[in-house]
Parts: sequence; C-alpha cells; structure tokens
Amino acid sequence: MNAAQKVHQAVAADSALPLLKVNGLSKLYGPEKGCQDVSFELYPGEVLGIVGESGSGKSTLLSLLSGRCPPDSGVIDYRTTQGTWLDLYSASEAERRTLLRTEWGFVEQNPRDGLRMAVSAGANIGERLMAQGIRHYQQLRAAGLDWLDQVEIDPARIDDLPRTFSGGMQQRLQIARNLVSGPRLVFMDEPTGGLDVSVQARLLDLMRGLVRELDLAVVIVTHDLAVARLLADRLMVMRRSRVVETGLTDQILDDPQHPYSQLLVSSVLQP
Amino acid sequence: MNAATQPRHSPRESRDEAYNFAYLDEQTKRMIRRGLLKAVAIPGYQVPFGGREMPLPYGWGTGGMQLTAAILGAEDVLKVIDQGADDTTNAVSIRRFFARTAGVATTERTPEATIIQTRHRIPETPLHSDQIMVYQVPIPEPLRFIEPSETETRTMHALNDYGVMHVKLYEDIATFGHIATAYAYPVTVDERYVMDPSPIPKFDNPKLDMSPALMLFGAGREKRLYAVPPFTRVTSLDFEDHPFEVQKWAHNCAICGSHDSFLDELILDDQGTQSFVCSDTDYCAQRVNEGRTGQ
Repeated sequence: MNAAQKVHQAVAADSALPLLKVNGLSKLYGPEKGCQDVSFELYPGEVLGIVGESGSGKSTLLSLLSGRCPPDSGVIDYRTTQGTWLDLYSASEAERRTLLRTEWGFVEQNPRDGLRMAVSAGANIGERLMAQGIRHYQQLRAAGLDWLDQVEIDPARIDDLPRTFSGGMQQRLQIARNLVSGPRLVFMDEPTGGLDVSVQARLLDLMRGLVRELDLAVVIVTHDLAVARLLADRLMVMRRSRVVETGLTDQILDDPQHPYSQLLVSSVLQP
Repeated sequence: MNAATQPRHSPRESRDEAYNFAYLDEQTKRMIRRGLLKAVAIPGYQVPFGGREMPLPYGWGTGGMQLTAAILGAEDVLKVIDQGADDTTNAVSIRRFFARTAGVATTERTPEATIIQTRHRIPETPLHSDQIMVYQVPIPEPLRFIEPSETETRTMHALNDYGVMHVKLYEDIATFGHIATAYAYPVTVDERYVMDPSPIPKFDNPKLDMSPALMLFGAGREKRLYAVPPFTRVTSLDFEDHPFEVQKWAHNCAICGSHDSFLDELILDDQGTQSFVCSDTDYCAQRVNEGRTGQ
C-alpha cells in the first residue's frame, strides 16, 4: 500500500466515525420552554440545519452544544483530533475553552457579539492564533491578509476597525476569525439574519464554498428554509422544545411528514 | 545649590499621639498583612483586601499608603518618590504624613531607605535585599482594556488564558510600526500570572526581574494588592520579531551627564529649546556629589 492510499484510508476511517454524539439532551426553563430529549450524531464534513419557529428551542440547543450552558440532563461526546472521546460537560473549563478556540468555532447572529469592535480586523483574525501561542508578528499578519482575501474582503483594510465595515463584511470577518484556527466543527446562529437578500446570497455562496473546501462539520440554526436548503445536508425540525422530524434536507423540504413541518414548508413565500 | 543636589535625611520625630501608629488601626494592618502574605506566596496574583478611606483622594496613592502603613515599623526609614522626584507635592505630603503619624525617619537617599513608596519610577540606584518597594497602582488588572468583566478576567487568570494580551501589542505594531506601549507595560511573573507593573515606564521593567528587593503593589480604589517576591523572574511580553525594548535617548542629563538613566524633557523657552535631565532626582544628586557634571 503506498502513502497516498494510507492517507486516503485514514481520511475514510475518520469520516466513518461521528464527530459529535448527543444523547437525551434537555434544558428546560419552563414546560416546553427550552429543549428536551434531543439525540443525534454529527459526522465530519456534515452540515446539520436546525429549523423551527421562534421560541422552539433552537438557540437553547445551540448554546448547550457549544458548551456555553450546562444541560439539565443528557450527554455530549466530542471526538478530539487525538481520537479520544471528550464528554463536554465533565471536562474541565480549561479544556472546554481550549476546544472552543481551537477545534471549534462559533458564528454569532450579530457580528458585534462575536468580534472585538475596538481592535482592527487583523487583530480580530489573529486573536485565536495568539491564544494558541503564536508570537510572530509577520506570521499573524500573513494569516490576517490570507483570511481577508478568502472571505472576499479587500486585504488593504486589515488595519481598519470592524465598525467601519458593512454588516455583511462584519459577518464575513467573524467567519474568518473563527476559521483561522482550522476548526473541525463550527456552530452558526442565524448567520444571515439581518442582512439584505443580495448580501445574504453572497455570504451563503462563500460559506458553502468554505464548508466544502475545509471539510467542516457545521451546526446551523436558522428560521430561513432557503438558507437551510442551500447549506444543510440534514435537517432537524424543532417545535415546542422537541425535535419533531429529522431527515435529509431535500426529503424534509420536498416531502415533509410531520404536520408542523408541512406547515413550515407551505408557509414559505414564493416571490 | 538647589534641593535636587542636596538630598535630605530627616531623623525620627515624635509622633502625633492622636493617631494610631501609621494612621490605620492594628486590625486593619493585620488584615492587609495577611493579604500581603498571600500575595507573596502567589507572585503576581491579585489579592482583594478591605480598602480603607485614607485622608487623601483616590488616585493620589491610597493603595500604596495602606500597604506602607501595614508594613511600617518604628525603625524603618521611608523614602517616597513621585515621578522620580522626592520634592514634588505627592512625595512631600506622603512623607510628611508618615513622619507625623508614625514618627519614622524619612530620607531622600535611596541606599538609606528601608521602605520606598513610589509612583511611576523604580530608582536608578540598584536596590538591595533589605529594601521593600511599595507601588501605587491605578488599575491593577492588565486585561481590563480588552475585557470589561471582572468575572471573566478572573477566569482568564485562573485558566492561564492570556492570548488577548498580545492583541494590544499587535494593535500597536499595526498602528505605529513598533510596540508603542511605553508605561504599564504588561509582564509575566514567574512564568504564570500576567501583571500590570503599575504606571512605571517600560524602561524600569528590567529592574523588576530578579530584583533582590521585595515588590508590593497596592490599588486603593480597586482594593487589590499583589507582589513580586525577591529573585523572581519577571518577563515583559513581546513578539519574536518585535522583541521588548526600553526607551533610549540621544542626549545626556544636563545636570549630571548620565547617559543611561531615564530622562525627562524640559522645554526652556518659547522657542522650544530642550533640555534633558534625570527623572530620578536622588540618583542625579548622587552623581553631582561624586563630581560629575553635564554639558
């Protein structure tokens, strides 16, 4: 067996194992407020969309998954790059933080929450690298220029503050800031919310390219079924804190089984 | 000869019996000393303490004064520096305060002092192991500029999560082409805690490293104290391709001719004629007494 075949086999073995295993996850703020009894597995390179109406528990689920809020019950297991399984909420806070700034990323709905608005775009992109111990200014600079280019922002703006950027550019900068550390898993909370449709389309196009190119696993929360159809491989439909239907994106959008999924799909406006 | 070239030593005076020794009551001083012991045990760690009202406003050195009061003994000799000088308002009034409330001897000569309370400078004269430096600190938290939440900064210290410290240095280089932070330059103490060395110029940072003297830092408004024990590694943060550097001057001191001390720029007339003199007045006077001159 030659080296290329070995690498190929290793990649195949890696993608055959789930990256994230979620079992019986619950967090309730009141009856049917929050999310309960959520179980799923996420594989490397897979994009999972979570759709549902406002208040259905999508964002609660996302903060549980991303280690921001401990669940009432349930387990989240993550397979690290070393191949060992890490129980997210039994791990120490230090381990969880390291994970969040190296192997994971989180794209906030409002880029102002995810960016440091008082420092330049270059410093925003370099922050994760500095946290990982890179102490070489020219390397940080090069990474900044490279990532601005990848997210289609003019590299000449590397020293500008994020508040001088448009909403769409801020969102793209936030994505660059998360992807610079080469994460395997990215959480996105309504990444295209609050952007106008043409900017949305461009951002979606960019995200789809990056996700495929970097083989990212993504959990994306959205109420926009068009976004889900473009990006997601698989969908979970949530309603009143429960997952009512899961399946392949096309399957759910073209042939919804649950009455609520049917309602959701039929209420999309056709221009 | 002016005051700058004639350092004074005032012998012990009788103390004002209306106050407890060194102004603070004994229980308060014990509480601060307990905090100091903890601070010395964990170099660079910020210990909260029950800060007291002092008879001068916050920002004038209340933190440093409480620490000095807590460690002061009847036999101590106190020196107070403000911006390197012994004869400025803040230095004179704090020195007089302790001479009156504790009846201790005071001095302007660095080698004679056992306790040196300072704002902005570490003396140019090398310190020795029988001396304690007390710093007045305005903002003890080095992470504050980037992280406004106290809970978050405490967690960052606890988890050794200091990546953001370099964000500020990065911004400096991106904006000015070099690390432009000139004072309160962040340091790592004993390879663990990142510490704000109070607003001393970065020129003085190397003097913190492996110093034989005990360094105590007190912030009155923020009610935090921290310490660097003698012979502790103190390293300034930097980048591999932009290493830490101290300020340099093309001039010598106009009074004593020193070329390696921290110089203050003086503007002499409306035409902008400059003159540079030592910021450390005692060091300058020592050199003049040794017969050295400028120009």
